[in-house]
Amino acid sequence: MQQVFKRPISLKDVQTHFCPGCHHGTIHRLVAEALDEFGVQGRTIGVASVGCSVFLYGYFDIDVVEAPHGRASAVATGVKRARPDNFVFTYQGDGDLAAIGTAEIIHAANRGEDITVIFVNNTTYGMTGGQMAPTTLVGQKTSTSPYGRNQHKDGAPIRMAELLAQLEGVAFSARVAVNNPKNIIDAKRQFKKAFRYQVEGKGFSFIEALSACPTNWGMNAIAANERVGSEMADYFKLGVFKNTDNM
Amino acid sequence: MTKRLFVKGNEAVAMAAIEAGCRYYFGYPITPQSDIPEYLSRELPRLNGEFIQAESEIASINMLLGASATGVRAMTSSSSPGISLKQEGISYMAGSELPGVIVNISRSGPGLGGIDASQSDYFQAVKGGGHGGYHIVVLAPSSVQEMYDLTMLAFDLADIYRMPAMVLADSVVGQMKEPLVPNKRPAADLPDKDWAVRGKGDGEQRVVKSLFLGDGELEAHNWKLYRKYQELKARECRWEACQTDDADLLVAAFGSTARIAKTAIMMAREEGLKVGLLRPITLFPFPERAFLEATERTKKVLVVELNTGQMVEDVRLSVARDAEVAFYGRPPGAGSLPTPEELLEQIRQHY
Amino acid sequence: MRHDLFIAGFGGQGVLLAGNLLSYAAIIEGKNVSFFPSYGVEKRGGAAMCTVVIADGDVGSPVIGNPSVTIALNQTSLDKFGSKVKPGGICIVNTSLVNLEAFGRRDIEIIRVPMNDIAMGLGDARMVNMVAVGVYVAKTGAVNSATLEEALKSALPERNHSFIPANMKAIEAGAEFARAKTS
Repeated sequence: MQQVFKRPISLKDVQTHFCPGCHHGTIHRLVAEALDEFGVQGRTIGVASVGCSVFLYGYFDIDVVEAPHGRASAVATGVKRARPDNFVFTYQGDGDLAAIGTAEIIHAANRGEDITVIFVNNTTYGMTGGQMAPTTLVGQKTSTSPYGRNQHKDGAPIRMAELLAQLEGVAFSARVAVNNPKNIIDAKRQFKKAFRYQVEGKGFSFIEALSACPTNWGMNAIAANERVGSEMADYFKLGVFKNTDNM
Repeated sequence: MTKRLFVKGNEAVAMAAIEAGCRYYFGYPITPQSDIPEYLSRELPRLNGEFIQAESEIASINMLLGASATGVRAMTSSSSPGISLKQEGISYMAGSELPGVIVNISRSGPGLGGIDASQSDYFQAVKGGGHGGYHIVVLAPSSVQEMYDLTMLAFDLADIYRMPAMVLADSVVGQMKEPLVPNKRPAADLPDKDWAVRGKGDGEQRVVKSLFLGDGELEAHNWKLYRKYQELKARECRWEACQTDDADLLVAAFGSTARIAKTAIMMAREEGLKVGLLRPITLFPFPERAFLEATERTKKVLVVELNTGQMVEDVRLSVARDAEVAFYGRPPGAGSLPTPEELLEQIRQHY
Repeated sequence: MRHDLFIAGFGGQGVLLAGNLLSYAAIIEGKNVSFFPSYGVEKRGGAAMCTVVIADGDVGSPVIGNPSVTIALNQTSLDKFGSKVKPGGICIVNTSLVNLEAFGRRDIEIIRVPMNDIAMGLGDARMVNMVAVGVYVAKTGAVNSATLEEALKSALPERNHSFIPANMKAIEAGAEFARAKTS
């Protein structure tokens, strides 16, 4: 008998705390598969952020530093500069990366730090209870935008993958979704590309993953999956925005 | 005798950091401490170290957190407004039990205030300036030589006790030049950094964190930190006592103010007044015993600070029950640095 | 013995170099010293001032209210610091640029030195600070003038070491002036 599906060795054999229908578990798996693929688990240092992803160390069998809210890419800068031979990635949510940590991500990217940033965009503050995020769509109701996000007052959602692609220091920037098998297969390919940049010492790589948050969206898992593919992907286009190897 | 150099206090800090084996510096420019990053931006690349001028003080302290989590010696420096921004990171480092050296060449405030010498950040430094009820080691140099020696000590204490250590000074000590003997890094018995992240290989996973959600876990963590602070108090208090044996009045001051007080005391002695100086060198741990013992003999204490009264509270908590503690302060700003003549007048009044 | 001194003038008159030079000389002689520059928010063109304390023992305060000696290289320096000199102290004044008519102190010794004229006589107006150092050293003996030559090697960047003889000549001229005045 041949085993065709197994747990990546970079993931621990534990249950996650994520809600049913949440995409963090899938994204964790894609990260772990890429770590396995390049055989870097043993020399990886992950940087956890604040939000639902804070328990990174509970799920990944790797060394982890936990960063203050928004500061993961600054922490990762310190880690990578001190240990340039390690594989270093951050895993951050939208509030963490695109609101409180905007300065840190922009400047780490602009310095071209040789790290990989996984950005999980679910258009809301998940752990805090569904408040408006910098990526909340216009009109979207959240616990702090009960009348829907108002573009004139709250601004429009920030497209981080496109924004970072503008910076000279960025080697790779892409946006993926994990709401269906086709998108997951494509996401897996992009994760590998992003990781390869760092493995080959070619600079800053960024991957934004659209993610469902059924609990805070007030939807069931199926409806949430559909929203990712329609409403979200309409505004946050999937694709590769920078790929210096192809330039 | 080793050749004496003639250097600025801020440069002495940078030289000491290098001698102490620090190869990683992260900072953001601010007056009056920029000599430190300027020096290290020149020297660290030659030593295969890393110097980053970060986008903010917040990023700097978090880069320090990241570098320190890998076990290397690393530092940042700033001045008061910048140190306010670093408090978040300092709290996380304290919670994560990470060493790391933070230099505060403090300036006057609140707000933008001014660039003049100040001791207004005593509370912020010694009482745990961020959230969560922690302490860090705080050392207060009062000469260029001490800027050098105490910076090296800060690295050792940070490593031994696994906590951030601050060198707290101001523009008087930072900008003045004095002779300096560039001592070799002292031998210290340092613990292995078996907690540092390195990539687990075939070993155990290591996690550097300050999040403790299990039932009773965080309370236990806080008691552990508390015991560390008690150990510091028992073992690491440092102070200078000068002409205290026969004194009828003790002047208590730290850092730059202690230097000014010293000349005032010399002048008072010339007038026949028996005055001594008790200068805390460690502000945390505060030399409580030294104050208790000194005030068992000498019943009058005059605390002098460049603020409206901060260290005086720790002095009052430490002295013998029947000691009288008076205070003379100058809130910092242009033209408010007291002179020895001015302090002599205060000594006469309180004698 | 303890010597404390204010040196003040325009930025560009070599105030800080003079203070550094005396400090290096003190170090060479095995003394203790502190050099404290006062600085403003402006980088250039403002006032320059430093406090130097030289002592055989503990320097004590690097900050002084009433120094035993003040060197005033320009008018604003005298106006600002002339009143601070300790009674019985000395004020060394650059009379090339300073008018003493309104200066009323009778309780200190005032040494009038046309520093710019002396420096020009030596062929280099930039030597005003060295003339001042010469006067100060001859007057107080805070350091030996012989030590100053060696101290110049530390106080001046290497590229300016060729000017050491000219600096020494200016120091000598200042010292000579002071001796002629007091004898």
